[in-house]
Amino acid sequence: MCGTCGCGSEENGPKILTPTLGKETHDHHDHSHGHSHDHDHHHGHHHHHHPHDHHHHDHNHGHDHHQNKTVLEVERDILQQNEIMAARNRGYFDAKGIFALNLVSSPGSGKTSLLERTLKDLKDKIPFYVIEGDQQTLNDANRIAALEVPVIQINTGKGCHLESDMIHDAVKKLNIANDSVLMIENVGNLVCPSMFNLGEHKRVVIVSTTEGDDKPIKYPDMFHTSDICIINKIDLAPYLDTNIEELKENALRVNPDLVFFEVSATKGTGMEQWYGWLKENAKLVPEKY
Amino acid sequence: MHELSVAMGIVKIAEDETKKAKAERVTLIELEIGKLAGVEFESLDFVWPSAVKDTVLENAERIIDVKEGLGKCADCDAIFKIEHYYDSCPNCGSNLKGIIQGKELRVKALEVV
Repeated sequence: MCGTCGCGSEENGPKILTPTLGKETHDHHDHSHGHSHDHDHHHGHHHHHHPHDHHHHDHNHGHDHHQNKTVLEVERDILQQNEIMAARNRGYFDAKGIFALNLVSSPGSGKTSLLERTLKDLKDKIPFYVIEGDQQTLNDANRIAALEVPVIQINTGKGCHLESDMIHDAVKKLNIANDSVLMIENVGNLVCPSMFNLGEHKRVVIVSTTEGDDKPIKYPDMFHTSDICIINKIDLAPYLDTNIEELKENALRVNPDLVFFEVSATKGTGMEQWYGWLKENAKLVPEKY
Repeated sequence: MHELSVAMGIVKIAEDETKKAKAERVTLIELEIGKLAGVEFESLDFVWPSAVKDTVLENAERIIDVKEGLGKCADCDAIFKIEHYYDSCPNCGSNLKGIIQGKELRVKALEVV
């Protein structure tokens, strides 16, 4: 069974697609089993025989009585494989001076609109590349492709988040130039993507004023693991009960290091500050990271 | 439902290690999972049978060592129990803290035959 999407069949698995053409560039199981890196980590496992009769979790089953049980002290991180591939991605980004951002949020917070606006305003100054993650459709990739920015769509099928090996595959297709910015738009989901490092330099969580002030404490994992918090749709705040100061206060309770930008991606309000940060940090990749 | 990815990660480790030890299957697996690791234990239980089906873990007993969240205040050095990331220091009220326990997500040991 496929671990990313849970599907047992060849359908519904992650697919890496090029916009407009809609051609599949990878077959189903590539995202998790395609690359054969050597994951043989010898952590000095101690093999010793399990005492059958005096252990704190004694659970001898009749049919095992005659067999020799061996205890392997494994001590391995469960997400190790994702972390290893993330580190590989990160090394690639660092070496090429690519500033990689992982954009995360719940569905409908305006991730794609923010991205579109940013690309439109800055694409003549900074070379951008985009990886779009969605369960289905090429819609977002087509929106980005319309701006003539190179983009790859990952459809995760039933999967709820991007993983570092999908980024690895997508990056190979993108052929990213040195000293550029890579925007990875994660699947709209404020829970699962928080656990999966993609190798990004900075994680940017986007929250909109329509979502309520207490979003950061209702979904703390994502705010805890992010570096930047963009509060979108501030033009709507006067029509809502949302108190932006309270939203920020809640986010800071979860993560005191968060840096905020308050914007309206559709109206263009507050975008200059965000652009300033982006330009500044993109330049710093070779030295700072 | 990222617990499925977690379960598949566990299966991968179990398969690798069992093969390395030239064993046949796992009779017992010990996991260490922190309360702040982002794993919903009920979801993990839910996906477990389908994740381990036809693998070395299929009939393995599973023990989870659940780790409480512990933080160390960055301002006053107090060590305190954390249930949520937004819990502040009970001693001085600061939000600045390091997580010293509770983010574990590991396979500790396997008993194989």
